[in-house]
Amino acid sequence: MPVVTYRDALNQALREEMDRDPNVFLMGEEVGVYQGAYKVSRGLLEAFNERRVIDTPIAELGFAGIGVGAAMVGLRPVIEFMTWNFALLAVDQVVNSAAKMLYMSGGQIPIPIVFRGPGGAALQLAAQHSQALESWYAHVPGLKVVAPATPYDAKGLLKAAIRDDNPVVFLEGEMLYNAKGEVPDGDYTVPIGVADVKREGSDVTLICHSKTVTVAERAAERLAAELDVSAEVVDLRSIRPLDTETIVTSVQKTNRCVVVEEGWPFCGVGAQVVDELQRRAFDSLDAPVLRVTSADVPMPYNKKLERAAKPNPDRVIAAVKQVAYLD
Amino acid sequence: MATKVLMEALSPTMEEGKVLSWLKREGDTVSSGEVLAEVETDKAVMELQARGSGVLRKILAGDGATVEVGSIVGIIAAADEDIGSLLQADPSKQAPPQAEAAKPAASRPPPKPESPAMAAAATTAPPSAGRVKASPLARRLAEDRGLELAGVSGSGPGGRIVKRDVERAAIRPLPVAAGTSSGYEDVELSQIRKTIAKRLVQSLGPIPHFFLTTEVDMERAADARAHLNGLDDGPRISFNDIILKAVAAALTQHRDCNAWWLDGKIRYFNEVHLSVAVAVQDGLITPVIRNAHMKSLRQIAAESRELADRARNRKLTPEEYTGGTFSVSNLGMFDIDQFTGVINPPEAGLIAVGSIAEKPVVVDADVTVRRRMRLTMSCDHRVIDGATGARFLQTVRRMLENPLAIVW
Repeated sequence: MPVVTYRDALNQALREEMDRDPNVFLMGEEVGVYQGAYKVSRGLLEAFNERRVIDTPIAELGFAGIGVGAAMVGLRPVIEFMTWNFALLAVDQVVNSAAKMLYMSGGQIPIPIVFRGPGGAALQLAAQHSQALESWYAHVPGLKVVAPATPYDAKGLLKAAIRDDNPVVFLEGEMLYNAKGEVPDGDYTVPIGVADVKREGSDVTLICHSKTVTVAERAAERLAAELDVSAEVVDLRSIRPLDTETIVTSVQKTNRCVVVEEGWPFCGVGAQVVDELQRRAFDSLDAPVLRVTSADVPMPYNKKLERAAKPNPDRVIAAVKQVAYLD
Repeated sequence: MATKVLMEALSPTMEEGKVLSWLKREGDTVSSGEVLAEVETDKAVMELQARGSGVLRKILAGDGATVEVGSIVGIIAAADEDIGSLLQADPSKQAPPQAEAAKPAASRPPPKPESPAMAAAATTAPPSAGRVKASPLARRLAEDRGLELAGVSGSGPGGRIVKRDVERAAIRPLPVAAGTSSGYEDVELSQIRKTIAKRLVQSLGPIPHFFLTTEVDMERAADARAHLNGLDDGPRISFNDIILKAVAAALTQHRDCNAWWLDGKIRYFNEVHLSVAVAVQDGLITPVIRNAHMKSLRQIAAESRELADRARNRKLTPEEYTGGTFSVSNLGMFDIDQFTGVINPPEAGLIAVGSIAEKPVVVDADVTVRRRMRLTMSCDHRVIDGATGARFLQTVRRMLENPLAIVW
């Protein structure tokens, strides 16, 4: 199977879906002539045309609104935000227009739109450009939220998102764009709302998504080698809808759980996971579920402080020792 | 580091303990696991073990003292360590420690695999609320195994009982984990069974008892007993031993009476563990003859005598008086004609044995004198219905009236 980068997997998904359906178009800052701030849209302007690959001014609220309007009349827009930090300017269109329209029109006007771009911290981009905001969007009924960790899932989920008749918030990662993985040629989709067991284990479940999948996998390798602890890594892939069944099944097997996420702790994705577990897997829990999150502060610019603020394998291992009573 | 010697909960229901005698004196060097003192619990005399190593610096509850579970009875520390602050600590603030139920068994030979209900406790009553800290999983596992959480030592933060503690405390693994055949079968309650349970509880106490009495002709059993006891000088066989043997054999044919009432389900046992009521000073206790259905009359005789002796000397360990599946209580030696016994939960049945007396009875249209005995079975109506209990009691009676039927 060909090995491609996460960036190129997304590019394949866009290209294939635009080939497949003339209603699909891409719009955002620098997506055309510059071929994307992160080169996700490389070659697309040449392959299609400026009617389907549209460069916009720096006006997130405006082009997000145009996207929602286009979706209302039957097109399938893919709106690229250069990062999700900039998308804060467009939240009104995402939350108040895209997420509400189907409901407020009595089911008459679906909004088949994808909002996509990198989220979370990269390296030393400081407080305003280092934010994992998935729990903001996951809070809103009417939105689907996905955050793939691998090139395979990125391609499959983006294709599923474009074909979905609901607005989908699609969170990528600047630090993931160069990640490589096997991606089959041709058409396939990864269903929205289905988690994936990335590594099987028996002693503790590590629940993660997006960049923290790598953190959890590294922790799992060290746990096996250093402490003889077998960790199961469950990649949520979709935040909403949440695949509760896979999570609960895993915890019923392992009896212990640590949730690893890049967001802040308060009202985070992990808080929702813990809520599901305490209700649906109460009698299977041998320890309280712990969470490893970013520190509850604006992201520091200082390199060492930034490293300390983000989830890392050491903190995951410390949490696992706690839930497995190994301290 | 100094270690407080606490009065531990050495039996599931123990609230206070009496220090019978210290085996170590102040100034003696002790190591973790060594026996410090003998403690009399509500059920038995148990050993109090050191939980740390060092010098037994101070004894705070001397021989004969009775103290609450969780109280400090002594202090183990290094020879030169300052223990002043510990002496001032308020003992009532100490969390009651959970004694390790398995500990007293450690010095005894490991249980044989053919005694699969060794770990089962007599009761599944809810643990004293709020006192025992345990993970939800540990609670579920303990309930599945019939283990009393209060008797399990917690290794988690603040003494929380976690999965591994229950696994260590359980003397045998789960029957399913053991592979082959399970020692019991849980049958979910049918609607009618739920309704019966609900209605009967409303009518009479927590356990809806009903009673069945039958009179048994003991002529043949008496002859058989006299003959067996004349054979050699093995352990003398009592009438009660013959009754135990017959009850055990009958229970193998009537599994519906060999059961526990648990919350939401009935557990039917494939093995018979007979609780035998033994009067002791100030009360009674029911040591359990494990796998009674597989034991010969002579084995039952030897074992019941040995258990009764140790019961009277209060030397039984908790595993020896818990986990029974059916009870037998005999007041015949007190010339009681018949009586009704109170069920020992979660068991569902009990047979109360009256005295054997010569009575005029009609046999083949003639009045003759026969040795007769009355058996009264107490049944938990949630588990055993009238006809179910009656059929079982009929089998017991037939076996006693024709002892060869026990073998067949």
